[in-house]
Amino acid sequence: MTRKQRRLYFVLLGMLALGGATALVLTAMGDTLVYFYTPSEMAGKQIGPDRRVRIGGLVEKGSVAKDHETTNFTITDLTATLPVTYTGVLPDLFREGQGVVAEGRIGRDGVFHASEVLAKHDEKYMPKEVAEQLKKSGRWQEGADTAK
Amino acid sequence: MIPETGQFALILALLVALTQAVVPLMGAASRDPARMALARPAALAQFLLIAVAFGALMQCYIVSDFSVLNVVENSHTDKPLLYKISGVWGNHEGSMLLWVLILSLYGAAVALFGGNLPEALKARVLSVQAMISVGFLLFILLTSNPFVRVDPAPMNGQGLNPLLQDPGLAFHPPFLYLGYVGFSMAFSFAIAALIEGRVDAAWARWVRPWTLAAWCALTLGIAMGSWWAYYTLGWGGWWYWDPVENASFMPWLAGTALLHSAIVVEKRDALKGWTILLAILTFSLSLLGTFLVRSGILTSVHSFASDPARGVFVLCLLGLVTGGSLVLFALRAGKMAGGGLFAPISREGALLINNVLLSTAAGTVLLGTLYPLIADALDLGKLSVGPPFFNAVFLPLMIPMVLLMALGPFLSWKRGDLPGVLARLKFVFALAIVAAIAAWMIAGGTAGPLWAAGGIALSAWLILASLLEWTERVRLKAGFWRRVRNTPRAAHGMTLAHLGLGIVIAGITGSTAWKTEHIQVMQIGQTIDVAGYQVTLDGIEDNVPGPNYTALRAQFTARKDGRVIVMHPEKRSYRNPPRPVTDAAIHTNFLGDLYVVIGEPNAGGGYVTRLYYNAMAPWIFMGAVVMVLGGLVSLSDRRFRIGAPKRAAAAAAVKA
Repeated sequence: MTRKQRRLYFVLLGMLALGGATALVLTAMGDTLVYFYTPSEMAGKQIGPDRRVRIGGLVEKGSVAKDHETTNFTITDLTATLPVTYTGVLPDLFREGQGVVAEGRIGRDGVFHASEVLAKHDEKYMPKEVAEQLKKSGRWQEGADTAK
Repeated sequence: MIPETGQFALILALLVALTQAVVPLMGAASRDPARMALARPAALAQFLLIAVAFGALMQCYIVSDFSVLNVVENSHTDKPLLYKISGVWGNHEGSMLLWVLILSLYGAAVALFGGNLPEALKARVLSVQAMISVGFLLFILLTSNPFVRVDPAPMNGQGLNPLLQDPGLAFHPPFLYLGYVGFSMAFSFAIAALIEGRVDAAWARWVRPWTLAAWCALTLGIAMGSWWAYYTLGWGGWWYWDPVENASFMPWLAGTALLHSAIVVEKRDALKGWTILLAILTFSLSLLGTFLVRSGILTSVHSFASDPARGVFVLCLLGLVTGGSLVLFALRAGKMAGGGLFAPISREGALLINNVLLSTAAGTVLLGTLYPLIADALDLGKLSVGPPFFNAVFLPLMIPMVLLMALGPFLSWKRGDLPGVLARLKFVFALAIVAAIAAWMIAGGTAGPLWAAGGIALSAWLILASLLEWTERVRLKAGFWRRVRNTPRAAHGMTLAHLGLGIVIAGITGSTAWKTEHIQVMQIGQTIDVAGYQVTLDGIEDNVPGPNYTALRAQFTARKDGRVIVMHPEKRSYRNPPRPVTDAAIHTNFLGDLYVVIGEPNAGGGYVTRLYYNAMAPWIFMGAVVMVLGGLVSLSDRRFRIGAPKRAAAAAAVKA
């Protein structure tokens, strides 16, 4: 095998890997990306139950109702609200009035069926996306402790 | 006084590093031995000064000196001593100090053990190493000084994030950094070789042990982090494709590729330019990881600070290092023409495919990790790239890699005999299929997914082929021990590391496919069947005191085949800072873990509990340990200790 043939082999191998990876990435991106919305964005968009999405906002005060291992609560961005149902154990930092992100699908009944609920590790902050949305809608109070 | 000493030592270290970055490099260019010789004492002095600074900060933590802001923000008098010490690197400033400490440690190691390195190469390596030091010392002194005082000093501190108060996590960052930063050695050697315009077998033989040491530390660091996530986050998961995990995984993938391509440079004098490029990219990915974690651009338990100045600084450093070295590479790579020619089907060819697949995998992980940031910047909407993406992209790349990984060691250098190798592996193939079907049937047959059998087959294929390759090497008959002893340690190391990965694959497959999960409200006295274990909630004790928390402590009894196992999961409330933390109880029988979590009390009586049986999960961590052992055995190979052949001899050997 000459040097030139070897170089050709390298290039072909590289292109094969790159092409394969691109194909994989494109197919995967088509159906695995999870978009993040606030309740008001959800209200404005027609998102069917076939798409997994993330919803972020605050857990509305007084909305948490537990029934055995199922918890129903409402996520609010102080403009719109969205009812959520979740079966499982909530994260340690899940609390009323605090920032939360739920991942799952919207049901035909208009209730969001979460398969995963994330509460921020750090008590001082709410999820960054939520904070940005609140700032956008003008509901953000600088320095205010929204956790209480 | 002590914090000021630390700060002063840091400033001195910066000055030493500046000198070390410039003078030996100039000396190497003008062949001036006196100026080149400066590199050694400078590297040692720099390490000692940074060690003094680090010691000073640690002292502030141990005695709880609350006049230091960093201690106030991250420590508390009621913490156990271990977490006062681990608190030093449990925050942004301290962890950056640890970063430069390890960086200078590697420099000092080259100065001490690099006796057989040519003077000019050593001078250049240490200069490049010092340039990185300068960047990070400036970063600490300008944006993240750990020694800032507060006046008046508060009575007590705010405490360390309780999630980080865990023995597994106390040692996770040092090992991770030993790995991350260890790749700076390969980088410095690569840059030195580019300046010199020479890469040869001797060069590869110097680079390999450093890369291997870094790889071992990084593997262990990642495994520790994963294990910590497994037993503290209370989900029974061990890998989340979280951006911060990816930040450590990308350098691991690239570093693994580098480890393998350096073999080709050493043995066959080929793939030189590629190896240099890989060394640059591996360290760049380490820096990128530091940037992602330190800039606070990603929100996670790891991002301590979100000060934009810091992010911009690390980003500039990253741009400078990566950009500068790639320009140097573009200018000089032409000189790196390889020597040894080889056929596509050969040991070199197999290692090359391994490299292509590993770096492609690193590339796709990089894309998935950065895509949310790119999409946000381009206003494409807020989105997250989660496990489904990574599984869909990463696994198809890894399956051919593992298939080939079993074949590679059987192929000879230059030109391999693929049909011959396949014929030798017939029985391994048949056995792997049998093992997969057996495992699948034992795990409940159609109760588990079909792909699980594929995963086990892959694992068995790799394990059995590695064992076969080893037995063919040492032959199981008279003279066995002599041949075991005479086989290079590096060969034993490879077998172990490949076996380790096989074990990890079995663990990943089993824990994903055959995990059983029960979430329910349990009354006291109630019993639930979890994978053959009769698990009873015996009772609950509230307000159990811990060193700096109180806990809700549950007692479970698990019974199986007459054995009785008592388990105590807890729900802890830490005082400083006040925060609840779940502490799972795990019982392992080495084939699987019984994993018990106690949750909230239910309004109608009883407690929410989560009971898992994570089949094969311990194999993931055991396999990782076997991989690290393989790396260490390989590191003890005598040719690394004796050192590289003399350059002239190496050059002659290549010509011959």
